[in-house]
Amino acid sequence: MIAARQVFRRARANNAVFYSASVLAAIAVVAIITPLISPNEYLTTDFDRILHAPELAAMRLFGTDDLGRDLLVRTMMGIKVTMVVAIVASIVSLVIGVLYGAIAGYVGGRVDALMMRIVDTLYALPFIFFVILLMVVFERNFLMIFVAIGAINWLDMARIVRGQTISLREREFVQAARLTGVSTWRIITRHIAPNLMGVVVVYVTLTIPQAILVESFLSFLGLGIQEPQTSLGALVSGGVNQLESAWWMLVIPGGLLAVILMCFNFLGDGLRDFFDARQAA
Amino acid sequence: MSLLRVDSLGVRYAEDVAVDNLSFSVKAGESVGLVGESGSGKTQTALSILGLLPRNATVRGSIIFDGMELQGAGEQQLDNFRAQRISIVFQDPMLALNPYLRIGEQILRVLVAHGISDRHAAAASVLEMLSAVGLPDPRRQSRAYPHQLSGGMRQRAMIASALITEPDLLIADEPTTALDVTVQAQILDLLDAIRKDTALLLITHDLGIVAGRCERMLVLEKGRLIESGPTRDVFRAPQQQHTKAMLAAAPQLSRSELPPSTSEEVLVDVDGAAVSYAEPGHGQLHAVRNVDLQLKSGETLAIVGESGSGKSSLVRAILGLIPTRAGTVSFLGKKLPPDARKRAAKTRRDLQLVFQDPIGSLNPQMRVVDIIREPLLVHEKKLSRSDGRRCVEDMMQEVGLGEEFLERFPHELSGGQAQRVAIARALILKPRVLVCDEAVAALDGSVREQILSLLRQIQEASGLSILFISHDLGVVRSIGHRVLVMYLGRLVELGNNSELFEKPLHPYTKALLDAVPVPDPERERQTASLAGEVPSILTPPSGCAFHPRCQFAESRCKITLPEKRVLAGTTVACHRADELNL
Repeated sequence: MIAARQVFRRARANNAVFYSASVLAAIAVVAIITPLISPNEYLTTDFDRILHAPELAAMRLFGTDDLGRDLLVRTMMGIKVTMVVAIVASIVSLVIGVLYGAIAGYVGGRVDALMMRIVDTLYALPFIFFVILLMVVFERNFLMIFVAIGAINWLDMARIVRGQTISLREREFVQAARLTGVSTWRIITRHIAPNLMGVVVVYVTLTIPQAILVESFLSFLGLGIQEPQTSLGALVSGGVNQLESAWWMLVIPGGLLAVILMCFNFLGDGLRDFFDARQAA
Repeated sequence: MSLLRVDSLGVRYAEDVAVDNLSFSVKAGESVGLVGESGSGKTQTALSILGLLPRNATVRGSIIFDGMELQGAGEQQLDNFRAQRISIVFQDPMLALNPYLRIGEQILRVLVAHGISDRHAAAASVLEMLSAVGLPDPRRQSRAYPHQLSGGMRQRAMIASALITEPDLLIADEPTTALDVTVQAQILDLLDAIRKDTALLLITHDLGIVAGRCERMLVLEKGRLIESGPTRDVFRAPQQQHTKAMLAAAPQLSRSELPPSTSEEVLVDVDGAAVSYAEPGHGQLHAVRNVDLQLKSGETLAIVGESGSGKSSLVRAILGLIPTRAGTVSFLGKKLPPDARKRAAKTRRDLQLVFQDPIGSLNPQMRVVDIIREPLLVHEKKLSRSDGRRCVEDMMQEVGLGEEFLERFPHELSGGQAQRVAIARALILKPRVLVCDEAVAALDGSVREQILSLLRQIQEASGLSILFISHDLGVVRSIGHRVLVMYLGRLVELGNNSELFEKPLHPYTKALLDAVPVPDPERERQTASLAGEVPSILTPPSGCAFHPRCQFAESRCKITLPEKRVLAGTTVACHRADELNL
């Protein structure tokens, strides 16, 4: 009975995972290739074509912005920047969060209490204030955005991983390893961490859209990526200003942002179903 | 005319066939046993009668109950049958009862929901029913939440809720599997006594339960009905190979082919061991008190007890996984530090453990070869990779696993195979002592027999000593050279296999033996000799902890703790052991 339900769920989960992963991969490939083959560059301004609507014949598929820059190339660049920010930020939060949570959960006792109170304290800090502080201290820097976003997201990850670790610690295979005399480090790396992967992978795919949104938000405020570089958030922000004269400046990057976010969310949901099914096995 | 007629029933999930072309019938008032190992389709059959199968199941065939076709009937139609005319008792009453509703209210809702009576009248019949199922002080218990009752009391409440509508058919799906053996006997007796003219479909894996209680039995294997007939006939002359195998694997208390162990070398010597846990709000919980035991080389010492007897705490203290409060554990004459981490690597190698849940004790992310090799990586650091792999291969051969299992993951193994892997992992360091904590409790009868004979084989070949924890006396009979019976953390009786089973000295041992369902329909069935349930270990009774349930208790049993004494080679803790003739 369980087996049959699993097969069904897994097939459905795999569909979601498969389609969203393909769409994301396609977007990434196009974002990398387009600037290479496009006759236009992201910096060059064309004063004859300011706020030019999308047009196939002029090789302006996405039109131009208020400075006459090609929106297709800039959007592709925005996608690249956004995805890199999101993925790197998620990796930062993954590494810090998993190690922190696994240590707190496995060691337990006072160490655990202290480590988790630190997390609680960090939760209480207002995020925007924290980011602005970082930006002021370290100047506006591409790298700082990763750090800022990662530094916020790891808190959730640490909590989730700790909870999982505590339940894994009581499992018989961990007890068996302890009884044999396997070292704590090896238990964490060989027995705890691999069994956390299901939850962690799922959670990462769900933090990526969160990181994208935060980056867009920061760029919208002017705290994120700086001109002439751009990200999807920055493009949307520019598009809002020109909404009355040039709809494409908002709709195209905004639409792509929405598609990317949805794909990551579907991917996360799909993976969660997949791993749930496997854990029930 | 039959009350229930199931005709060519088939249940399928996509590719998997759960029940295949199953036909049987149950007459009014009759008791029928539905027997099979796990995965044989017993529960699927029960669920399809009640129309409770999940949506993705494909059901074929027909189920006619009292002239009405139930298969394919709508929810509303089914509702008129469920609970009113067909009831079910599930295996785990904790899961089957709603944790947020008081016991009385849950049962009362059955009556009200079916419009059988109004709340006021229903309340009275609920109390009546609760006292009929043997809940002491029904008025108070009806206001309790499920978690406040013991397992046995919960199952009684569940039975009350199933029978309150006076259904025509009661389906009991492994109703006693989650319960202690003495409580199991009580619940089965209760089912017999209370059902009156309600027909019973008793689903179980335990042939012993069917033997004494069902008029007819049906044997399922992989979703097919392979044998059916009057219980006596099936037991006397089973027709099918599978039935014969199941009967052969069923626990027998009457015989034991175990050759006596002759060794005198003491490996593990436990002296006055005590284990306690701090229980917030209750002070100390004394899980083990003043237990002595000696494990000799090449022998199996079985530890038996119901839940709360402290058997697991005792062996965990021996292994150094939990600290002892008092007493000492010595290995080969040397006192061991209570904490395993402070013990010499050599001693740790010599004491290995096999757990109850075979799949759960294997890391789901590791391959079989890595699981078995891991102890070598810790204790034999110099061993090369290829030598290590050869060791693993040899070990696997010893436990009866072919090379094709090397690269598998635990979820690709059956329960028996997984337990073989766990045994291989425990034995790869060539320990002197293997501790098995309910190591066969989660396995089907025939697989259990295979694992037991594997352990006996290894013991014979290598002189391994085994400390074998079990709640199942049939298993203990076939593997334990000596047997230690525990009750509420104390030693009750410790003796040789044959003496303890044939001439028990302690009334508790005797009661345990009587409670075991024996797969022999001819045997005179006694009603459960033991009343009541194991008291909470937090508040153990004064004097001899067993006195409230003991039919031989005298006034001194309530006041003074019986000393351990040796009578004819058996250690026993009972004031009246020498005068009672059990």
